[in-house]
Amino acid sequence: MKNEFVLQACGIHKSYHKDRIEVPVLRGVDVNITAGKVNALVGRSGSGKSTLMHILATLDTPDTGEVIFQGQRIDNASRARRDAYRNRDIGIIFQFYHLLPELSAIENVLAPMMIGQSLWNYFRNRREARLRAEAMLDRVGLLHRATHRPTEMSGGEMQRAAIARALMTDPKLLLADEPTGNLDTDTGETILSLLDQLSREENLTIVMITHDDAIAKSADVCYRMQDGLLETKKPSRNVA
Amino acid sequence: MYRWLLCFRYLRTRYIALASIISVTLGVATLIVVNSVMAGFSAEMHDRLHGLASDILIECHISGGMPDPERHLEEIESVCGDQIAGSSVSVHVPSMLGIEFNGQQIARHVNLVGLDPETYNTVSQFGQFLLHPENQSSVSFDLREQGFAPDREGFPASGWEYRRAKAGYEKALELERERIEVLKAKANAELAKKRGEEPPANAPAVAASDGPTISPFFSPEMLEGTNGEGPKEFDAAVDQYPGIILGISTCSTKLRDEDNVVRDHYYCRPGDDVRMMFPNASDNTKVINQKFTVVDLYESGMSEYDSTFAFVRLDKLQDFRGMIDPQTGIRSVTTIQLKLIEGANLNEVRDMLRRRFPPDVYAYNIQTWKDMQGPLLAAVRLETTILNILLFLIIAVAGFGILATFFMIVVEKTRDIGTLKALGASGRGVMSIFLSYGLLLGFVGSGAGLIGGLLFVSNINEIAGVIEKITGQEVFDPTVYYFTKIPTIIHPFTLCWVMAGAVAIAAMASVLPALRAARMHPVKALRFE
Repeated sequence: MKNEFVLQACGIHKSYHKDRIEVPVLRGVDVNITAGKVNALVGRSGSGKSTLMHILATLDTPDTGEVIFQGQRIDNASRARRDAYRNRDIGIIFQFYHLLPELSAIENVLAPMMIGQSLWNYFRNRREARLRAEAMLDRVGLLHRATHRPTEMSGGEMQRAAIARALMTDPKLLLADEPTGNLDTDTGETILSLLDQLSREENLTIVMITHDDAIAKSADVCYRMQDGLLETKKPSRNVA
Repeated sequence: MYRWLLCFRYLRTRYIALASIISVTLGVATLIVVNSVMAGFSAEMHDRLHGLASDILIECHISGGMPDPERHLEEIESVCGDQIAGSSVSVHVPSMLGIEFNGQQIARHVNLVGLDPETYNTVSQFGQFLLHPENQSSVSFDLREQGFAPDREGFPASGWEYRRAKAGYEKALELERERIEVLKAKANAELAKKRGEEPPANAPAVAASDGPTISPFFSPEMLEGTNGEGPKEFDAAVDQYPGIILGISTCSTKLRDEDNVVRDHYYCRPGDDVRMMFPNASDNTKVINQKFTVVDLYESGMSEYDSTFAFVRLDKLQDFRGMIDPQTGIRSVTTIQLKLIEGANLNEVRDMLRRRFPPDVYAYNIQTWKDMQGPLLAAVRLETTILNILLFLIIAVAGFGILATFFMIVVEKTRDIGTLKALGASGRGVMSIFLSYGLLLGFVGSGAGLIGGLLFVSNINEIAGVIEKITGQEVFDPTVYYFTKIPTIIHPFTLCWVMAGAVAIAAMASVLPALRAARMHPVKALRFE
């Protein structure tokens, strides 16, 4: 069973404090992410889906509850382990792309490699790293933009560069926080189909957060967040 | 890896940070310039002071001096002979210099030194500061024909040539005066005859002052060796008094002409006669009044020396002052100067000599040249230290500028910091980005300062000239400093610690912003608008 779920969260509670008033965001969320599927987390704004994703990415810690990655608890692991988890085991895509503006597209794609490896290792492997980065850019169809800065690219291109960056370290899991939230419908659809394609071709697990039911419907598995609880479990769409 | 990539990128794209580093650049450049000039100045001063003074000076305060210097030297030799490279004895006596200038007397207080030209040059630099090129290699107290200060513009004609011309002129003037006097006397006599009066009683007196006596004073010593023949008539055109070398400032002043060019004005020059008055060596002190002929001028560049010293031959001065025991013929001196071997410990030798000649028995004052110039050297050191502290404070102020700029950059980069953390960068990694950024800025800033400072130092005299032209204010006044150029010395060690200090300050200023960046919560950072 464990093999089936690449990432699990059990009884996640999280609340924020504002002027001594406790604002609960997550109230005991259990989620099991099936490997090799596109998992959609749908919910309205403020339903806690982004907080859940941050907890799943270990960017934030739950008040109570556990996050288990490949059978190992990750939320209370050492700082170095969590850094390595974010760097190698998962890839994250943000609504606002979050590319580093000082670096070109290919340097942005290389960034996880640079962060994860020591200076010496990186220098030894820089040729392979560069080739891999180019392959990733090619994979998202952005090779011709390799030397461009983020400010010189469109939203769709930036998101594709961000996907290439997330895939750079060959992660098991891709966390996407409203990847199309800032894009027009057509561009959003190309991004979605790209993710869909990746999932199928590379057997990549994708957790996608969205407020758009239409997008959620196209996912393999869909979870609905409401008021800090994972409310319904919608049966998955038939795998083609 | 990403740290360095990002820091280089930040360096290239954040000009505000470069602006904040300019103050470091300026601070470093100023420090380098100040230190080089101060080092040059104090080295020049050291050189000059040391060149003029011997390593160790034994002064006797008794007016009659210490008898038998040879015995003293033997004694010194037995105390610390292995340390001594040379020695010389001399007589120092306070005296008054009288210069006749345009028929008026100028009186100055000078320190009259009787020296032995052969040995004096071994203990201190003396000859090289004289104006006549031949005197520079071998000092002579006989007046030279001509050729004083060949490379000095506007130096008046000096030497025998000048002396003869002057004597001839004075003789002619005297003759003319006499002729007029005789004519006047005649006219008066005729006038009186016409009135039927007796001729005035003073008329013969005029005729009596017939002999052309330039100097009515002859000291008894000048009669020596004349076989009792009595004084020969002194003719300034062919004879000279004992030679004297005057410090240049005792008989000249530096003044600016209308074009603001500094010129020397000489009250007397080689070839002129001057009068010296100094006490004799007896217990019942009397003043000796003696004429000397200026044979050269002495310019060391140290105003203290140039304006207070006059040099004559040791044996002459001993004769004049009566410092020779009439029975034994043993001479006395007031000062023994010692030159030590290279690398000798000055203070140790001084202390050994002080033990041998304890001050409660002997009225001797034993000093090293550093003791004599102690206050001056200490003042320069203090000045350098204070300037360094002040300038480092300026760099520290610049450090606070960097701190503020870095805080701004960290705030501006908040989302990027969040991104880096989301990509797995550790807090330490993020911190090191900003630390290395600070370090890099420090290097760039102080490196630019280093280059700027070195360029400034190497062209300092030209820059001073430009500033003079722009402001009309003389930066480096040669009437004050006696250097025509600003001396500079660059010590590599100074450069190193100035650089290290500036880089350290820049790095320290980036610690707080870097810590803030490291502690930033990734989610808050990502959501930062």
